[in-house]
Amino acid sequence: MALLEVQGVNVVYEPTRGQRIWSVRDVDLVLEQGEFVGLVGESGCGKSTLGFALTRMLRPPARLENGVIRFDGVDISTLKGERLRRQRRNGFAIVLQSGMNALNPVRNVEHHFGDILKAHAHAGEHYPGATVRRRGAELLGKVGLDATVLSRFPHELSGGMRQRVSIALALALEPRMIIFDEPTTALDVIVQKAVIQTIKDLQRENGFSAILISHDLGIVLEATDRVMVMYAGRIVEDQPSKDLVSGPHHPYTEALLKCYADPRADEIHLGGIPGTPPDLSLPQAGCSFTPRCPLVQDICRTLDPPLSPLGHGSAACHVRAPSAAVAGEGVKPVH
Amino acid sequence: MSIVSPVPPPEVPGAGVEIRVGPAGPMPGPLRFFGRALRTLWSNRKASIGLVILGLVILVAVFAPLIAPHSPTATTFVPYQNPSTTNWFGTTGNGQDVFSQMVYGARISLLVGIAAGAMATLVAVTIGLIAGYRPGVIDELLSFMTNLVLVIPGLPLMFILAAYLQKRSVWTIVLVVAFTSWATGARVIRSQASTLRTREFVTSAVFSGEGLFRVVFREILPNMTSLVAGSFFSAATAAVMAEASLEFLGLGDPNTVSWGTILYYAQQQNSLLTGQWVLVFAPGLAIALLAVSFTLINFGVDALSNPRLREK
Amino acid sequence: MRYVARKVVLFLITLWAAITLNFILPRLMPGSPVDAALAKLASSGQPITNAERRAVEIQLGVPHTSLITQYWDYWTSIVHLNFGTSYSFPSETVAQTIGKAAPWTLALVGVTTILAFIIGTLLGVYAGWRRGKTADTSVTLGATFFAAFPPFWLGLLLLYVFAFTYGWFPIKGGYNPGETPNLSLSFLSSAAYHSIIPALTLAITSLSGWVFGMRNNMINTLGEDYVTFAEANGLRTRTVALLYAARNALLPNVTAFGLSLGAVVGGSVLVEGVFSYPGLGNLLYIAVVNHDFPLMQALFLVITVAMLVAIFIVDLLYVRLDPRVRQ
Repeated sequence: MALLEVQGVNVVYEPTRGQRIWSVRDVDLVLEQGEFVGLVGESGCGKSTLGFALTRMLRPPARLENGVIRFDGVDISTLKGERLRRQRRNGFAIVLQSGMNALNPVRNVEHHFGDILKAHAHAGEHYPGATVRRRGAELLGKVGLDATVLSRFPHELSGGMRQRVSIALALALEPRMIIFDEPTTALDVIVQKAVIQTIKDLQRENGFSAILISHDLGIVLEATDRVMVMYAGRIVEDQPSKDLVSGPHHPYTEALLKCYADPRADEIHLGGIPGTPPDLSLPQAGCSFTPRCPLVQDICRTLDPPLSPLGHGSAACHVRAPSAAVAGEGVKPVH
Repeated sequence: MSIVSPVPPPEVPGAGVEIRVGPAGPMPGPLRFFGRALRTLWSNRKASIGLVILGLVILVAVFAPLIAPHSPTATTFVPYQNPSTTNWFGTTGNGQDVFSQMVYGARISLLVGIAAGAMATLVAVTIGLIAGYRPGVIDELLSFMTNLVLVIPGLPLMFILAAYLQKRSVWTIVLVVAFTSWATGARVIRSQASTLRTREFVTSAVFSGEGLFRVVFREILPNMTSLVAGSFFSAATAAVMAEASLEFLGLGDPNTVSWGTILYYAQQQNSLLTGQWVLVFAPGLAIALLAVSFTLINFGVDALSNPRLREK
Repeated sequence: MRYVARKVVLFLITLWAAITLNFILPRLMPGSPVDAALAKLASSGQPITNAERRAVEIQLGVPHTSLITQYWDYWTSIVHLNFGTSYSFPSETVAQTIGKAAPWTLALVGVTTILAFIIGTLLGVYAGWRRGKTADTSVTLGATFFAAFPPFWLGLLLLYVFAFTYGWFPIKGGYNPGETPNLSLSFLSSAAYHSIIPALTLAITSLSGWVFGMRNNMINTLGEDYVTFAEANGLRTRTVALLYAARNALLPNVTAFGLSLGAVVGGSVLVEGVFSYPGLGNLLYIAVVNHDFPLMQALFLVITVAMLVAIFIVDLLYVRLDPRVRQ
């Protein structure tokens, strides 16, 4: 049984009365034990929303409309209150985008650890100061920080250090799955590399499953085993990372790859993707990439392509990965 | 701008209030802007109640001669009367009709509230903008002055100023109230102006050669309208209360008819002890309602400028 | 401790500025407050010594003397607590009059303000945490309603209902008439009894400010990432609400507390006036109504200095609450 099985998740976002924006549409995914998966897409494609949905962190006006989220066999999509809180220990954790703001300004790092450890203490477990400090130092060590950080306040730490403390705090829960939501976006490039390396090492050493959400394809390809590409609220491609750079893919993935130029090349062409992402408050007919796709066919306008096999993974494209079911219905895609 | 993030966009560091920055460009004409603002306010439930109450008070004030059955100052009635068919609210110790006084009194309270509020806001905006936009000596000086006025207790200062001024009229009240209430607004506006100053659209306006006044009035000010409006309504609320307090203490003009003076005479004539509780209840309730209406409208203004406070 | 040093300097400068303002004010006013004051003193029936006349002049304006000399004399008088004589209480010095009234105000206003702050803040935390639900709406509406009551009106109403109509509480005064202030239990209990309605009036009117401020702060704080992260880490609800959200939302309220004291003092003038409660507010009420300028001057000075000291103390307290300023 896979660690995480997600079926038919939809997230709707209602900023004002009467306005409904479907930011995640009919997403299925499977995450095995110990897998390190990347989730890539442009701003607004719904990847962070999906991450929040999977860890039950959605807040109004966003709402999990329907879908099943089975974590370790248990459907967590409807859990509430104390039962949901308890699930977080040995379950799933999320590390937020802005490490800068993820720490309480008026409490020092040691208190942060204390709060988590005490919140999830089993009956009979006690966490006096010394124990908290020992455990805190241990966890800080895992992310490459010294024990002296324990007595510091968040404003006394650099951005990179704060991000690492956030990761250490997530590790305190001994989770089986961690979702990293844009962990390096707010950091400078050198620190980015160090943090990603830390995450990679941690994942390998501790064996938790991880989802790395980022708009930076480069980091994702470097760190993860498998990559999922999201567009307009749907997963449009799912491939092993090493296969993503070569071979035919979903037109959106290809366009994304073209946006990255090799700095060592003699001539650099910076690509872009013409057009804009669709307005998700309107119902989508057919494939949502249609207006920007160079390979568009008639069927693309009417039928939303399902994820079908392509190479070692799958893609949602009538042209590149024609679906057997669709073909079987007599609607032949024309090349 | 990502519209699908489940978490609101990060706040601008240093901003006390989150401002929804509109596109920098030519502002719609004032009338259309006002109309749009009204419509947005109306959609907020608390603010719409406030607008209704305020509207009623304005109507009463404007149509006072038509609504009031008698003259407010005519001393033709039997004094100290309880409510009757001729005098719906009874009469004062001088034989005046209280109901007519209440109706005409709306004018003064409304006038002072709005005028003092507007004046205080004008001073606050001027000082706040200048201090916020020009860092350095001017800012330090203005900030110090603002803080000084802030820490000096407002009401006592008002009482003392009013006591010193021998000639009393409605306008002295307006001036005294405005003089003591501009500081709060100035501080808020200054902090927002100094945040906006570093925003890109301002920098680009300055680089493209826009003069100081244009930058301040066409780029910065339009992005602070809800803050200024909020300032105005807060100041107006305080002004209504302050005016009532001043009148009650006899520091107002005893010859004008306002809700506060009705209370003053009621206190002088011990209306509570003579059982004429209407003389105390009615004006106080009216003052409270007017103040509440400004506060409620302010809820709507708050929600405009800070999306987190919006009602679902 | 740069923050503390800055606050000390600011305090001293503002103190100087406020005292100087107090010096300038009567000398700027139209008419001649000093002449009016001296005339009223002369007609009060009590013999005025030259020293007393001089003291009044120093406070309000010495004729035919340079401002510098006056300013120097002014400071000397203040340091010696010599404010002259008031004509509302001609048998004692202003300093004595104020000295007798001060404890009453400290007790009434001091206790009420702190209670209102604590209760208001807690209610605000509750309303902000349960935002949108019935708890929030009822607290908010209640606070809006009470915030609009002019303090003196609420005082009059409460007086009418509870003291006059039902006779549960005394109508006026700070203690039973005929008694002299002392520290006996009977006096203290009658004093407490007399202070209940004034305290209630002050508390209700000042409560709402705290409720709103705290509620808004809570709502803003609840949107912060560290609250989300704390929930993501499965911290207990109470921990998140109090130690993560409320603890941070409190900070702007504490800053505002110092500044709000001005409004509280102003409110106390009206409330004490209505109840004839023998505090500083009542004195100011009498002074203003009687155009008693020496008393007004001294009261204004005392009130302003007291406020500045209170704000200074609050600023120092802030250091304990916010580690970010402890550079």
